[in-house]
Amino acid sequence: MKKAGRNGERGKLLVLLEAAQAKSAHISTETITELAESLDLSIGEVYGVASFYSFLNTKPQGRNVIRICKSLPCLLKSAQTIIDSVRQEIGIQPGETTPDGRFSFELTNCIGACDKAPAMMVNSDVHGNLTPKKIAKILKAYK
Amino acid sequence: MEKRVVLKNCGVIDPWDIASYLARDGFRALEKALTGPSSQKVIDDVKASGLRGRGGAGFPCGLKWELAGKAEGDEKYVICNADEGEVGTFKDRYILENDPFSLIEGIAIAGYAIGAKKAFIYLRAEYHFLLDLLQKAIAQSKKKGFLEHLDIEVREGAGAYVCGEESALMDSIEGKRGEVRYRPPFPPTSGLWGKPTIINNVETLTNIPRIILNGAEWFGKMGTEKSKGTKVFSVSGDVAKPGVYELVLGSPLRELVEDLAKAERVKAVQIGGATGRIIPYALLDTPLSFESVLGAGAITVFDESRDIIDIVGKTMKFLAEESCGKCAPCREGTEVMAETMERLARGEGVEKDIKVLEELSETMMLCSLCGLGQAAPIPVVDSLEHFRGEYENRIQQS
Repeated sequence: MKKAGRNGERGKLLVLLEAAQAKSAHISTETITELAESLDLSIGEVYGVASFYSFLNTKPQGRNVIRICKSLPCLLKSAQTIIDSVRQEIGIQPGETTPDGRFSFELTNCIGACDKAPAMMVNSDVHGNLTPKKIAKILKAYK
Repeated sequence: MEKRVVLKNCGVIDPWDIASYLARDGFRALEKALTGPSSQKVIDDVKASGLRGRGGAGFPCGLKWELAGKAEGDEKYVICNADEGEVGTFKDRYILENDPFSLIEGIAIAGYAIGAKKAFIYLRAEYHFLLDLLQKAIAQSKKKGFLEHLDIEVREGAGAYVCGEESALMDSIEGKRGEVRYRPPFPPTSGLWGKPTIINNVETLTNIPRIILNGAEWFGKMGTEKSKGTKVFSVSGDVAKPGVYELVLGSPLRELVEDLAKAERVKAVQIGGATGRIIPYALLDTPLSFESVLGAGAITVFDESRDIIDIVGKTMKFLAEESCGKCAPCREGTEVMAETMERLARGEGVEKDIKVLEELSETMMLCSLCGLGQAAPIPVVDSLEHFRGEYENRIQQS
């Protein structure tokens, strides 16, 4: 049965999920259960929201998340070579996390940095005008 | 030639310091609105200016405000759509990072005009790096006493293209999955939490202080009959000088692409992002206006080395990923189109593919629930119109 949720509190769900993720890098099953109880929503409802958004993770993530833009303006500027460079540098495929938990690697849609294509985000930082040469140096800063 | 109206402060003021904004007529428009005859006068001015929404749909801004202003109830909302997710668009980012104060002033005027006490800025997750700047700008404006009638709160998105669609955006603020709503009712009568709400794009709201301060007549002198003012464009792709440019509406596409962004050997231009029009080089003199092509002003340039089938295929793949999945024509249609285009690109196309794409386009345009699904077939339809030979050759070679 779909629960309506407590009026007013319901509107905070996304904010609370974002806060939970900021604290522990992903949204655990426990967090989902707790939020459902405190907001009087079903677990399915909370999971539905948590799994809808691409920046929310219901699985554990690396300490740093690399997101390379794979939309057209970046692809036109050889984003594929950047994807290959990152893959080589950290030894994992998009969708994976390094065994030491240092990096998660994802491909993402347009990040609004097309004037600096090819571009990527590491956590909240945007890095543009990338070349394969720059990758190692940029990633070095993220421990 | 560029005409900087919306961008007049960008690169001139210090976005971290309100004093530099105040030195350039900052908040004088708000003062003029608040000390004017009535809130209705503000709405009348916006209506008279002819300003249309800059987020892509081009709905008359003043009409939206009037509907919300006249709607029953004293709980009303202003939402600034800063969920700039359209592929190839970054002009709102440019405005936010260079001149957050003009936006805040625009929101403050909007709040006064419709009688809202609360406003939200819905900022896309990818722009998290702008959150601090934006919050500091709001805090400074509040401290100076400009926001006594209105509380502005920044809400962050969490990565969903469809949330740039206004009804999905409202669901997201309400803490739900960002799925589109059935309409009517429309936001000015029943929006956020069912209350009268106006949702305007960053660029639309940034136009407001200019209109209020200089007058509707001044604004109406720029542009074409149905497209008043300027437009801020994001230019990327095969150009020597990618970036943000502001032109008077009605300017030819050629001026933007060749003269300003320095493109050479142009094959086609995609205007308005993933769901935008594809214009071949032969039509490069097309005026940029609501009457012809515009969208949110994303301009992606492709030179002669590019393969149209591949470009359209990647565009459809993006739309298939970002469809919210609520209605079948969009959810299934974008998948089938992406799959078909990919097959064509691989050289495995068959004769009937073109007919299937055309029929599917028609169904999606007619039956999809929101603008995403309705506009999703445009790249296919346009490329079939202007580059049909490339499709036919590819199929023959298969």
